[in-house]
Amino acid sequence: MNQEEYTYKRRQILSSQVDLSKFNAKDFEKATDEEKRQQDVMGESTTFFKDGMRRLRKNPLAMGSIIVLVLIIASIIIAPHFCPYSYDQIITVNGKRDKSATNMGPMEFSKMEQKYMDETGEELFPHLFGTDSLGRDYFIRVIYGTRVSLSVGVVAAVMVLIIGLLYGSIAGYFGGTVDLIMMRIVDIIYSLPDMLMIILLSVVLNETLTPLISGTMLAKLGTNMISMFIVFALLYWVGMARLIRGQILTIKNNEYVLAARCIGTKNGRILRKHILPNCLSVIIITTALQVPSAIFTESYLSFLGLGVSRPLTSLGSLANDARGAMQSYPLRLVIPAVIICLIVLALNLLGDGLRDAFDSKLK
Amino acid sequence: MGKYLVKRVLLAILSVIIISAITFFTMNLIPGGPFNKEKAASPETIRLLEEKYNLDKPVGQQYLMYMNNLLHGDWGVSLKTTRDIWTDISSKFSVSAKLGGTAAILAIIVGVVLGSAAALTRNRLPDRLIVFFTTLGTAMPSFVLATLLLLVFCLKLGWVPVWNAESPNYVLPVIALSVYPMAYITRLTKTSMLDSLNQDYVRTARAKGVPRGKVIFMHALRNALIPVITYVGPMVAYILTGSMVVENIFTIGGLGSSFVTSITNRDYTMIMATTMFLAILMVIANLITDIAYKLVDPRITFK
Repeated sequence: MNQEEYTYKRRQILSSQVDLSKFNAKDFEKATDEEKRQQDVMGESTTFFKDGMRRLRKNPLAMGSIIVLVLIIASIIIAPHFCPYSYDQIITVNGKRDKSATNMGPMEFSKMEQKYMDETGEELFPHLFGTDSLGRDYFIRVIYGTRVSLSVGVVAAVMVLIIGLLYGSIAGYFGGTVDLIMMRIVDIIYSLPDMLMIILLSVVLNETLTPLISGTMLAKLGTNMISMFIVFALLYWVGMARLIRGQILTIKNNEYVLAARCIGTKNGRILRKHILPNCLSVIIITTALQVPSAIFTESYLSFLGLGVSRPLTSLGSLANDARGAMQSYPLRLVIPAVIICLIVLALNLLGDGLRDAFDSKLK
Repeated sequence: MGKYLVKRVLLAILSVIIISAITFFTMNLIPGGPFNKEKAASPETIRLLEEKYNLDKPVGQQYLMYMNNLLHGDWGVSLKTTRDIWTDISSKFSVSAKLGGTAAILAIIVGVVLGSAAALTRNRLPDRLIVFFTTLGTAMPSFVLATLLLLVFCLKLGWVPVWNAESPNYVLPVIALSVYPMAYITRLTKTSMLDSLNQDYVRTARAKGVPRGKVIFMHALRNALIPVITYVGPMVAYILTGSMVVENIFTIGGLGSSFVTSITNRDYTMIMATTMFLAILMVIANLITDIAYKLVDPRITFK
């Protein structure tokens, strides 16, 4: 390579000049709006809720739990409409009590029912889970038991949520002496053995409430249920209150809260608009996990004979009633047991899924 | 530490006093006295009886007398069986303690082993299996598990004999009681083990060439066990309340089943004494847990 060639090559490499002959006038036109949009690589803007739901949808366990729960809820809503029996009704054929209809297996018909069907040619609704020792359709009893258990769980969780939210946010937001006194009360309630207190209060409230509510609407619900709710309201909110207080303590030191206070926003509005939405995810998750724990407690108390009063039933009391004839009719024990486990499992998995999806710390 | 200890002990004493007050005063709310039996006694007899047992005094004074007796070790007499409650409780508690103690030890050992195994085989088959079974274990109430175990292994398969006091077989009740705390401890150990395996000191130890087993046992596991200690208190509470149904199902004559019997019999003095006894046990367990937690990890400060 001679010197001349070398310098030429170097110049070409180092040169910033562009060979204009390679371009034409079209390349120098302004980009159209459409072309500009194509350059825009920003993702679609998303809200906190949408973002969480997207992540929840990707979690197969949580989605499976939602499907299971929807199926259970749908069946306890729909089943009583097409099932001709009722949870406290002893099976009658043609207006007469059917004494042969006790302790039947699944899908069986009693002799009287069979005779009636042969004579009239009418199809009777099958006893999907058989009947119990009093001759009541077991399927509908399980449905009503699930209704009671689930509603106890949900009502208890909502009660815990309301009390814990109010108490915790007041203590956390005001701080100082208010917080100190309120939290000492929480500490003391927290140190009480809750299950023992629940049993004790259920026993006592049972005895004292009976004369008070007899004849009213509440009597049908039974003193046990009411005392259970009272006990939940008295004891179970402390965990929630502690959690919300902790959340609020961290959030209230943020700049936007200070800014809101500077422009003269009232306390209630700051709590509602700035603080509570930010601890919403924690609140949702804890409430979701409260439902299975309430169902657990309810079934436990029902099992001890402190549950709903007869003839109304819950999954726990169904299991308890089935214990006597466990060996001869195991299915009557297994069905409510499996449903309790299924509900608690689904709710637990859903709660875990919600935590993974909505907890900002895990992102 | 000294200040914390005093504060914690005072809180424990305060909660025992509150529990006793709640139990005593709620029990007194129940309509009808202990001498209102089916056979009506003459008002004169009832008056004399009430005078004898100090039931004519104001409730506040009765409470103080009850507490005074309790502090002197006098738990009163059962209204239904008229036996001394303390002899009843202490003999029945020995059965329950054996059952509950075995369940607690089993839960801790198996839970820690399974939890560490799950953490070490993270996202592989053993981990997935352990996670599956622990999720199942936490979704199953102890009474469901106990009845199913009794049904399958005792009545259907006949592998385990039905409970009798002469040759007690604790296998099934212990399993029924320990599955839930075991599952919980497994989850707890797994999380904290994963956490401590990612710590700098573990990496340093590895880099220095410390053998893997030694790193796991001496560096990771020892620190991972601290959160497990906090669960011991709640576990004692769970096992004590769980034993009520489990003993009842397996017809074991322990404290738990006698508590349930006293509830169904409306034997108020017995209910009260058992509640007090169990509550004191739970408060002590929580106290020891909190102190042990603080002793084990001096970094923890309670504000």
